[in-house]
Amino acid sequence: MNSQDFEFVSGLIKRRAGIVMTPDKTYLLESRLAPLARKEGLPSIDDLVHVIRSRREERLIAQVIDVLTTGETHFFRDKTPFEHLREAVLPALAAARRGGRIRLWSAGCSTGQEPYSIAMMLDQQPMLTGGVPVEIVATDLSDRALEKARAGLYTQFEVQRGLPIQMLMHYFTQHDDQWRISERLRLQVTFRKLNLLDALSAVGKVDIVFCRNVLTYFDAATRSDVLNKIAEQMAPGGYLVLGATETVVGHSTAFEASHERRGLYRLAQNAARAA
Amino acid sequence: MKRCLIVDDSRVVRKVARRIIEDLRFATDEAADGQQALDACRKAMPDAVLLDWNMPVMNGIDFLRALRREPGGDRPVVVFCTTENDMAHIAEAMRSGANEYIMKPFDSEIIESKFAEVGLV
Repeated sequence: MNSQDFEFVSGLIKRRAGIVMTPDKTYLLESRLAPLARKEGLPSIDDLVHVIRSRREERLIAQVIDVLTTGETHFFRDKTPFEHLREAVLPALAAARRGGRIRLWSAGCSTGQEPYSIAMMLDQQPMLTGGVPVEIVATDLSDRALEKARAGLYTQFEVQRGLPIQMLMHYFTQHDDQWRISERLRLQVTFRKLNLLDALSAVGKVDIVFCRNVLTYFDAATRSDVLNKIAEQMAPGGYLVLGATETVVGHSTAFEASHERRGLYRLAQNAARAA
Repeated sequence: MKRCLIVDDSRVVRKVARRIIEDLRFATDEAADGQQALDACRKAMPDAVLLDWNMPVMNGIDFLRALRREPGGDRPVVVFCTTENDMAHIAEAMRSGANEYIMKPFDSEIIESKFAEVGLV
């Protein structure tokens, strides 16, 4: 792929998804675009880029965004965020929201493993919330990822990464060479298409936000903007969980970092006014 | 250093598994069938067993049942690693005393993930 084509595609990804792709990611870009070119019956990536540049077909542009933004994920990815949820966040909110409900948002849920992991955890330990019902909303930019998430169908490879065999036995059934998560759990998660660069009000007010390994791909300005918009969606006393390598520090003053728990943030008391 | 016994009738599979498990800082031993594995366990109980199902002489499930009846045989963590990938086999293995279950083909990530589930790494 020549440098002009790279600039064109990376510009498209930046405008549409906020994702910054530096030239050292050329290999990644090519490896994701090659199967799409084949699917479209085009002989090479160069031809694919040429077709996009000349025709500006929305359908094809959406697919490019799709293949370049679908993140890697697995069940119970990094154990720590789930410990935060189990040991700190849910007990605190169970007390604060007694008689009401808790709303959790999985932002950038990819193919659904994160919201389903949370749903399984809640199902196994219902006392965590002391009977307060939890509603899980999961959003992603990618139609392809959401389609898979909604179907709840995973390969043998995917169900063996992070998922204990007891949970596979309990929550999944086998369909040919795939495994489908139970309908009961599927019904507990509401999937919705959402671009974090757009208005986020459709998500409604939430108490907990999981937004892991998403901000990493944004530039500093976009990161601040997205964090501040997430803060606006959060109810007072709400919690934000970021990925292991991410932080709000330097990007938003709407959150306060937990001293004991890495990656866990609380909505600042004055956040509503600041935002 | 923890010891892991790798039980599989395929020398190639044993070799691949051995490389992965040694990277997880285990000392490893090999057995080509259930009987060899049982003999090895009688000499010295390993901390972990990676166990194939279909093998000549004695298969994996018969080995597992025999192991769990041995003195100290309740101690090793047993992780099945087999092409048997249906719920009936998984359920039978777990009922018979397995701790985890890997469906072949496997890679280092799957072995590491499963070993972590049962507290081996």
